[in-house]
Amino acid sequence: MTAEPNIFLILLVIIPLMAAPICVLTRNANVAWSISMAVAWAVLGIAIKLVMELSAHDKVLYYRIGGWDAPWGIEYALDKVGGLVILVVASIGALTLTYAKRSVEKEITSERIYLFYAMLMLCISGLLGIAITGDAFNLFVFMEISSLSSYVLISLGKDKRALTSAFNYLIMGTIGATFYIIGVGMMYMMTGTLNIADLSSILPAVADTRTILVALAFLTVGISLKLALFPLHMWLPGAYAFAPSVVTIFLAATATKVSLYVLIRIFFTMFGRIDVFETFPLQPVLFGMALAAMFIASLAAIWQQNIKRMLAYSSIAQVGYMVLGIAIATEAGLTGGIIHIFNHALIKGSMFMAVGAMAFGLGVTTINDMAGIGRRMPLVMAAFVVGGLGLIGIPLTVGFVSKWALVSAALDAEMWPLAALILLSSLLAVIYVWRVVEVAYMRPSPENAKQPVQVPFSMLAPMWVLALASVWFGANATFTMDLAHSAAGHLMEGF
Amino acid sequence: MFTPETSMLLALLLPLVGGAFILLLGERNRNLREAATILTSLVLFTVVVGLTTDVMSGATPTLVMFDMVPGFAISFTAEPLGQIFALIASGLWIINSIYSIGYMRGNNEKNQTRFYLFFTIAISSAIGIAYAGNMLTLFVFYEVLTLSTYPLVTHSGKPAALAGGRMYLGILMATSIGLLFMGMMWTLSLTGTLEFTPGGILAGKAEGPLVGVLLFLYMFGIGKAALMPIHRWLPAAMVAPTPVSALLHAVAVVKAGVFSVVKVIVYIFGIDLLNSESSDNWLIYIAGYTIIAASIIALRQDNLKRRLAYSTVSQLSYVILAAAILAPISIVGAAFHIAAHAFGKITLFFAAGSIYTAAHKTEVSQLDGIGRRMPFTMAAFTIGAISMIGLPPTAGFISKWYILSGALETGQMFAIGVIIISTLLNAAYFLPIVYAAFFKPEVSPPKHPHGEAPLAIVIAISLTAIGTMALFFFPDIPLGLAQTLAQTAAGGN
Repeated sequence: MTAEPNIFLILLVIIPLMAAPICVLTRNANVAWSISMAVAWAVLGIAIKLVMELSAHDKVLYYRIGGWDAPWGIEYALDKVGGLVILVVASIGALTLTYAKRSVEKEITSERIYLFYAMLMLCISGLLGIAITGDAFNLFVFMEISSLSSYVLISLGKDKRALTSAFNYLIMGTIGATFYIIGVGMMYMMTGTLNIADLSSILPAVADTRTILVALAFLTVGISLKLALFPLHMWLPGAYAFAPSVVTIFLAATATKVSLYVLIRIFFTMFGRIDVFETFPLQPVLFGMALAAMFIASLAAIWQQNIKRMLAYSSIAQVGYMVLGIAIATEAGLTGGIIHIFNHALIKGSMFMAVGAMAFGLGVTTINDMAGIGRRMPLVMAAFVVGGLGLIGIPLTVGFVSKWALVSAALDAEMWPLAALILLSSLLAVIYVWRVVEVAYMRPSPENAKQPVQVPFSMLAPMWVLALASVWFGANATFTMDLAHSAAGHLMEGF
Repeated sequence: MFTPETSMLLALLLPLVGGAFILLLGERNRNLREAATILTSLVLFTVVVGLTTDVMSGATPTLVMFDMVPGFAISFTAEPLGQIFALIASGLWIINSIYSIGYMRGNNEKNQTRFYLFFTIAISSAIGIAYAGNMLTLFVFYEVLTLSTYPLVTHSGKPAALAGGRMYLGILMATSIGLLFMGMMWTLSLTGTLEFTPGGILAGKAEGPLVGVLLFLYMFGIGKAALMPIHRWLPAAMVAPTPVSALLHAVAVVKAGVFSVVKVIVYIFGIDLLNSESSDNWLIYIAGYTIIAASIIALRQDNLKRRLAYSTVSQLSYVILAAAILAPISIVGAAFHIAAHAFGKITLFFAAGSIYTAAHKTEVSQLDGIGRRMPFTMAAFTIGAISMIGLPPTAGFISKWYILSGALETGQMFAIGVIIISTLLNAAYFLPIVYAAFFKPEVSPPKHPHGEAPLAIVIAISLTAIGTMALFFFPDIPLGLAQTLAQTAAGGN
């Protein structure tokens, strides 16, 4: 495990982390945006470089803080599953920043805009940090950085309810983080280490103890709160609905995905040498929660009036699919869960960008506001439809690839009722997506409809990049599937 | 001119290129836009016809595009059954376009550019289905066809159209996602492949009740074949403008359904496997039930288009019944009936649309004496009706002949009974219309005196009627293709 330290690993976190205070110092919206924009794209460049390195040489990339060797010092380690996550976070980050300028000018009071960018930088830094750290406590620190900044980001929403939603999220998120740290503490008590790789090799010796069982329970519940796994999802719809559009885009496409990554890390790396799904009664619990999410949240989505809230419930359902893939606990199942992290980020990113553009152009908040919007904002609505088809899982969209991976994993594991339930629940997506499509294209615009404000190119372009990417990676999924598959292979071997 | 592989790709892309022109030209250049449609359809037909000789000689040109998911590519293969379907879809598209122009202008329909645009996408996906080299490719284009026809079905945007569209999309999506996809993935899990292979891929991989279950997933998953009880989308889609009905009933949609049924039976299951298992016998009874039940419902419809819709449901199950008889000779009948029904039914729908355009009549009971005002329309209607009943000199006779031969050969008394009863029922719901149109006096003179429909409509309807008879006198090409298919199906063992 002695590899050359890779300086880019630490740069990935440090650059946005340093950018945050600089943004605050400038006290100017435009300068702060310019800095953030440059940082976000630089981060994307580094992420792409790292992922290319990962797929070129089949190895894990390391960096040791202060030159201290693990397990004494803090170690950063990036493998393929982490690589996929930083790719998602960095590309969504760069596209969101591009999109953000005009949208934020409209939605956030001007004297607070520079603070907004500072917080967004912190959030990006935290999320990237989670994906590259090899230390269980350091992971907690990054989790708190990203969470605290996202509470602030959500509370910047214009609607008064944004404050209560942010507070709600703060309470739930803090409970989640506390549970996680309690779990880590118990593991530390039993093993004397915080290094994830080290934990992985020592844990089997103490796996039979009640302490470790309780630790796993705390970890699982804590992270499930963060990733809004049903029934711990109560914070999410409000947070997504009332946050500024840009915040919703960024969080929906990244935050829950990164939490899912943490869950994968816990099950398949920390506990990687113990067969967690055999030793502990995890599978039935996760299946139950995932299936409940898929059905109940999808049904809830059907009944929503607020368009962002509808997409939020859909996200909860989609998290269900990811967890289901993980809980199948085969290489194929894990592949399905991981690929859906990537695919769903493309889908929800483009859809929330479309909703943000509608809010920008016409002040849309509810589905009824969208009457006739297919004619008035054709480009925006078309992107929304492309995303919606992805949610249903129509062929030639990424959603189909995810469904393919999950269903074939379920069938290969001879869990055919599970496969049937996956398909059944995806039919609910047809209903909640088509409900919007009908209103947008078939219902006439209201009589006194005002002319939509021209949506700037800087908002249209990122939206269409994501929409087209969801078609591209849907029609030709070789790259993403291979990456997810070999990431899953690594994880199943247990680091 | 082109290699067969290039021709396939060209056939797939041409309609889309035409669609791009249609979009660019728009309503302002409507004459040029219509010219683009006609021109594209003519070129497409030429390209497809060019492939025929290759396919008839037994060649199966194959084009592998790219992996959609690792190991599973989008690929195209021209084989006899697909060639029949491609010929029908591209050939009838020409006539349907001529008809569309007359109909859409005659009725002052809105959003005509959108209409022609989605039509091209639908045709492209029909071609994609026809030439699909594996189940994944077929599934992809099958879903695109559903989505691209949705805006056509709901064209008017009225509440009735929306309700019809919901039923259309709901049933087709629910069956394809819930059952067909499941069947496909299960096949994949059992065999590790999805390639269409003569003799099937499931032989030796699945047996006993599992075969029956898989057949259930496929047969009811292919909702476009409208087996009862998942046929409801077809009458619901009657709210669409007539050219769309023609597209659904003759050119692409239901044809894609029965085509997929035959394709799956021949190339996924294989006739031998189905013959050796008993868990799949239910199909012949469901198909027989659908034929009879749909005919009885048709008998009671006063709305002309609804009567035609139920006739389609019944006729589609002829194809499924023929395939389910599992004799090579009945497979010939199945393949030929796809063509025969297409010509007959498009004629009948054109006639219904023609009556609506000229006389604004929609009900069977209003048609007394209309044959004297609209002689071409009603003559064509008569020919279409005769083909549905299955009498010479029309195409329907040939397919029924082959299906009956297959049933006799295998001693399927049930199938024979069904065919006889349904022939009587077909006569019972078509011939009174013909009689009333020509021999009954008009009850009262119409409020606004009318003659024939616009010229474009009359031309189109005459062409399809002639085609229906031409298929009887010159059945060589489709019959030759169908026989090649039957040999492939039987020779797979």
